[in-house]
Amino acid sequence: MSASTVQATAASTRPTQGRPRFARSTTSRGRKSIWLTIIMCVMLVYSLLPLFWLIVNSSKTQESLFSSFGLWFSGDFALFDNIAQVLTYHDGEFVRWLGNTVLYVVVGAGGATFLATLAGYGLAKFDFPGRKGVFAVILGAVAVPGTALAVPTFLMFSEMGLTNTGWSIIIPSLISPFGLYLVWTYASEAIPTEILEAARVDGAGEMRTFFTISMRLLAPGFITVLLFTMVATWNNYFLPLIMLSESTWYPLTVGLNQWNAQASTAGGEAIYNLVITGSLLTIVPIVIAFLFMQRYWQSGLTTGSVK
Amino acid sequence: MTSAQTLSTRPVRRDRRDWTGWTFVGPFMIVFALVFIAPVIYSIYLSFFQDQLVGGNSFVWFDNYAQALGDPKFWDALGRVTLFLVVQVPIMLVLALAAAMAIDSARLHFSGVFRISIFLPYAVPAVVATLMWGFIYGDRFGLVGNINDAFGISIPDPLSNSWILLAIGNIVTWEFVGYNMLIFYAALRVIPTELYEAAELDGAGAFRVIRSIKLPSIKGAVVIATIFSIIGSFQLFNEPNILQTIAPNAISSYFTPNMYAYNLSFAGQQYNYSAAIAIIMGLATMIIAYVVQLSGSRKDA
Repeated sequence: MSASTVQATAASTRPTQGRPRFARSTTSRGRKSIWLTIIMCVMLVYSLLPLFWLIVNSSKTQESLFSSFGLWFSGDFALFDNIAQVLTYHDGEFVRWLGNTVLYVVVGAGGATFLATLAGYGLAKFDFPGRKGVFAVILGAVAVPGTALAVPTFLMFSEMGLTNTGWSIIIPSLISPFGLYLVWTYASEAIPTEILEAARVDGAGEMRTFFTISMRLLAPGFITVLLFTMVATWNNYFLPLIMLSESTWYPLTVGLNQWNAQASTAGGEAIYNLVITGSLLTIVPIVIAFLFMQRYWQSGLTTGSVK
Repeated sequence: MTSAQTLSTRPVRRDRRDWTGWTFVGPFMIVFALVFIAPVIYSIYLSFFQDQLVGGNSFVWFDNYAQALGDPKFWDALGRVTLFLVVQVPIMLVLALAAAMAIDSARLHFSGVFRISIFLPYAVPAVVATLMWGFIYGDRFGLVGNINDAFGISIPDPLSNSWILLAIGNIVTWEFVGYNMLIFYAALRVIPTELYEAAELDGAGAFRVIRSIKLPSIKGAVVIATIFSIIGSFQLFNEPNILQTIAPNAISSYFTPNMYAYNLSFAGQQYNYSAAIAIIMGLATMIIAYVVQLSGSRKDA
């Protein structure tokens, strides 16, 4: 992505130009349209139907999966049996993968958000030698396909002895150029330079100012970045697939795919009911986080920038 | 890169120029150098070598690149993602744009419910999305099987050779339409109210407002969403790789350039050749993204 796109977006999303959130709902164009609502319902059904399918089929035993209609419950309600089986299958490897995923999200996404916030703030509020270079390199990096880096990163980590450890997942997760860009545009608008100057006059150190004043003003931007890095880390598949050859360090995504692939290997046991129930358990935490944080990230997106 | 230009027009006011900024940017840059810059350099280095049984590791200039450009498998993969890009990205973005406009129009009942529900699939991991849709596509206990049984018909198998790309396109659209919708929606929210008031005074109708005010105002967001979708299409990997388990005949080891590079590396140990393919794809992506950005920033575009 090049700089003028960034500029265009940053300009078009500057909060000072924004209208109040509810401005238009009181005008004459605010009449509700039933037809529009019905058309949008089609899209709603498209978005939610597969998730409904997942919930329905998590409640079925392996046998009734094959014998019943896909979009409704049937036979015994086996959801809790399935959950119990998922959690105990192969000495509870699902629980182990869940723990790994949580570790990667807490350290990886948390770290990525922290680094991006620090750096975005630094770029927005300080002039320093090499600033333009930093800027250009990061913008260039956004356009590099992430997967193009996978093989060389694997070879490098392999020589450093990091493959097959949690570090091989955590370290690459620590960088979010998009997060940096988001904080950078957000900080330019949300933190008045006068406040920083006032803090300097009062003799506060730059780090202290950052943690006591700026972080508070950056909160909606910070939460938005956290949400996106959390989703990216929780859903990460390609990187762990490459880095890990033993299931000990698998996150849920790679583990689930292995369970599914098991059915098509020679002598492998088909466990479709566990794959489906495991999938449901995998998305429940991230969906809850999503809904819980929506109040914050929606304001972060609208007043900051988009991408 | 036009960064200098941007820097001068951004409202950055500073009264001093010193190294303080590096205490903030430094930690990011150190990790960035390790996981971004170093692999890029290493990748370029690898792409200029060949590892042979006889003669060992030798510097071969652009041989790997020449081999890639003459490799029918590479072109096959590239053609497939290009077709995917040309069909799937416009459909997804138009759907996203329409949804964003509907939600922003204030004429929708329960718009908050629509916004969060359509965005929700973005939170679903690609693995789960693909497994889920893969089961639904299946003729044994999926919906396609149910429909066939119920009506005694046989609708085309989405997992067959001729339909698999469409099946993947549907999964990708399902995953990302809400994400793009949110980008457009965020840009629509910040259009100044005065513009709408002026349009109302002029008696402009709803479609006139869309064409003359809304679309031009969110052009930046459209360009960015397009660029990210192009990058996503060229990188297509997760969905076909996961579907391969249930549709091994329809998805080859070189179904997309990324799958080809992956399989060359991890099934064939051809790291050098794989690096060359990754770099060609990286360059192609950057060029196309740049062209889209240029055409998007033209005044009359």
